[in-house]
Amino acid sequence: MAEQVTMYQDGSAAVESDGVRRRDFINIAAVSFAGVGGASVLIPLITQMAPSKDVLALSSTEVDISAVQPGQAIKTVFRKQPVFIRNLTPAEIAAADKVPVDSLRDPQSLEERTVDGKKNWLVTLGVCTHLGCVPLGAAQGEIKGEFGGYFCPCHGSHYDTAARIRKGPAPKNLEVPEFSFLSDTVIKIG
Amino acid sequence: MIRIGAFLVGLFFSGWLLVSFGVGAAAYISEPPQPTAEHEFHLHPKKLALSSDGPMGKFDRQQLQRGFQVYKEVCSACHSMRLVAFRNLSELGYTEDEVKAIAANWPAQTPSIDPATGEATTRKPLPSDYIPSPHANETAARAANNNALPPDLSLITKARHGGAAYVYSLLTGYQDPPAELAKKFPDSMPGPGLNYNPYFANLNIAMANPLGSDGIVTYSDGTNATREQMAKDVAAFLVWTAEPTLEKRHQTGWAVLIFLIIATGLGYMAYRNVWAGVKH
Amino acid sequence: MSFSWAKHYEPKSDLTKWLDERLPLPRLVYGAIGGGYPVPRNLNYFWNFGVLAGIALVIQIVTGIIMAMHYAPNALVAFDSTEHIMRDVNWGWMLRYAHANGASFFFIVVYIHIFRGLYFSSYKAPREMIWLLGLVIFLLMMATAFMGYVLPWGQMSFWGAKVITGLFGAIPLVGEPIQQWLLGGYAPDNAALNRFFSLHYLLPFVIAGVVILHIWALHIPGSSNPTGVEVKSESDTVPFHPYYTAKDGFGLGVFLILFCAVLFFAPNMLGHPDNYIPANPLSTPAHIVPEWYFWPFYAILRAFTFDFFIVPAKLLGVLAMFASILLLFFLPWLDRSPVRSGNYRPLFRTFFIVLVIDVLILGYLGGAPAEEPYVMLSQLASAYYFAHFLIILPIISKIEKPKPLPFSITEAVLGKDSHGTAGGPALQPAE
Repeated sequence: MAEQVTMYQDGSAAVESDGVRRRDFINIAAVSFAGVGGASVLIPLITQMAPSKDVLALSSTEVDISAVQPGQAIKTVFRKQPVFIRNLTPAEIAAADKVPVDSLRDPQSLEERTVDGKKNWLVTLGVCTHLGCVPLGAAQGEIKGEFGGYFCPCHGSHYDTAARIRKGPAPKNLEVPEFSFLSDTVIKIG
Repeated sequence: MIRIGAFLVGLFFSGWLLVSFGVGAAAYISEPPQPTAEHEFHLHPKKLALSSDGPMGKFDRQQLQRGFQVYKEVCSACHSMRLVAFRNLSELGYTEDEVKAIAANWPAQTPSIDPATGEATTRKPLPSDYIPSPHANETAARAANNNALPPDLSLITKARHGGAAYVYSLLTGYQDPPAELAKKFPDSMPGPGLNYNPYFANLNIAMANPLGSDGIVTYSDGTNATREQMAKDVAAFLVWTAEPTLEKRHQTGWAVLIFLIIATGLGYMAYRNVWAGVKH
Repeated sequence: MSFSWAKHYEPKSDLTKWLDERLPLPRLVYGAIGGGYPVPRNLNYFWNFGVLAGIALVIQIVTGIIMAMHYAPNALVAFDSTEHIMRDVNWGWMLRYAHANGASFFFIVVYIHIFRGLYFSSYKAPREMIWLLGLVIFLLMMATAFMGYVLPWGQMSFWGAKVITGLFGAIPLVGEPIQQWLLGGYAPDNAALNRFFSLHYLLPFVIAGVVILHIWALHIPGSSNPTGVEVKSESDTVPFHPYYTAKDGFGLGVFLILFCAVLFFAPNMLGHPDNYIPANPLSTPAHIVPEWYFWPFYAILRAFTFDFFIVPAKLLGVLAMFASILLLFFLPWLDRSPVRSGNYRPLFRTFFIVLVIDVLILGYLGGAPAEEPYVMLSQLASAYYFAHFLIILPIISKIEKPKPLPFSITEAVLGKDSHGTAGGPALQPAE
């Protein structure tokens, strides 16, 4: 830049080196400002893709579970994702408790995955932790997999009666969302 | 050739326009257009100063809450607010529990489906719901209001010339039709079910004066609920419903402008530097 | 490019050398907007507006692509999805206001650019192609802006679509079928909205393509300049970079300040309140007007109130409106004066000033309600508009005595005594 500037300066306009440095500084400052401005424009252009306010607002669901008999499960929706609510039978609870926790890929006991005193209510997201398919096993007549819980048909992940990963590629147990009992028959998820 | 063609086309268009002008002007002089009732009696909105005005404008949240109260207790009986969700009310300074209570106690309910039978029913609104309309649909709204449709109020201050000042003027502008109107334009006198309001485009509005007397709302912050005050407050509230992002827009605007002014100043100096020594 | 003294790109590093042999993109940029493009040294600020128009196009494309991520082109939800952008999408209000006001600023910049071309006769040989391509861009812009205005599906959107497609209904015999074909129905609805969205997304890229041709055509003869005298020697020019990049950078700053002032503090100033009312096919707004940048043409359309023998007034108005733009394509052949710059053409200059005022008046009248005296005034103003280009301009370019021109740009800038140092027309390239 500076080179080209001097091209048009005739001899009489010899500039002191101080002046040149001040000028360079201003040019650099101007270009840097333009750069900072350009970069900050990117912030709205990028964050506009994040979930919008109305999507974030749909963050809790209430579910009536009075009609779910032991051994049955229902599917509901939380944040546009399926949720399985399962009423475990005593046999299923026993099967889950029998497994040594340390031997699991994602060590968690059934107690840790349920609410105190309501061990039979297993609430999990119906999203396989492998690549996000919806596992089978919640609806009547669906395959429950080798461990009697859920089975994901996409890549063959088997979950046990506490929805813990036992076999197949999934790295984690089915996620338990934040939930609480509003009454004995109503669950609030989220 | 091109110029001859252009000349002829130009002569045709300009000539015919001048002829039309001549005929029109003659008619204008011989029969000047009659003034209409709107020309003579319609008034421009009164001045209204709100804290959200101007480039530094911010919402007065206390006032917005009062305005919301007026909307809830007066306007919402007929006017919907379909673009505003209860969750948005937290921006007026209500707590999460207050918003929940407002939603649950709202006079209108949110359409829903009975989980047992599948039939259409209604349920109590949740904070994530949009404010439910007082009428099920447009036909119901017209049927309930003498065939006049109460407009949705979400965007009303953006959708009318004059904005908040128009809303305020309309609400405080009800009066008896002037005697002169009856004399000069008997056809423009309010018919049955209509009310005279000089701030309304055609002078006669179907809505009866909604803020008919002082004190129809009791403000929880102790402000005296005069008609003026209620009109002002609800106008301020409707500025917010039309553009909840107004404050953020002003704040961002100043940051951007100050940055740009500095950057442009530097740009000017850099431009002068580069051109120093080159006459142009 | 076509100047013998233009500097050539020399790759400095191994990487740029490697790239230059395979894909000489840096060479292209260097020759287009870098040190390799010699530009007259005497350009004034009116020459900033070409670059500004390009930047306005970029702003529109970027904000438009982003809004298309959130907008839903369906008559049932289009209005609400626009409000969803305004209320719920992160920074959505800013992007939408930038897009809506960006269109206005794009037109402001382009109108100044066009009037600069008119005053300095930038359309004259050898630059006719630049002018013609520029007009193509202008027509594409108008189509794009019109279709974009329909998308929010407010009252003005709907009735704008109805009225503008109704123009085609004025064509004898085939008018009505054409109108129905354009809309995909009897009135604007989902079909029209969807195709307008598709074309509104497509056309800006067509515009960008024609802009590239426009710039390409510019680089053959090089930029015009306020004296209208062609570049004769190296001393008449400076390299585009850094001289005009610096000047354009400053100009961009001023542009952005004005743009952001409107965007953040008066974003609805240039819009119409009725477009915040959802489209209602059963009720026409009291006062339909297009966006302000169409007002002069709208005034011409409405100026025709009488049938001309068998030609109905409606068709005349439509023809005149299209003619008012199309006649600009013939301008290079209507104005035969050998002198370019209006600075040296006193008579032309006077009429040019009248034209600018006339177009401003037309703009005002186009936005006014369709009642007297506005219609009468628009008849007068439209008559002058056509007379100016089709009658007055060809005549004054014949009879006018221009003022003496400077010998060269250098002389115009430095004064007569610069002759010795700046060199004459026979000056050889410095290299």
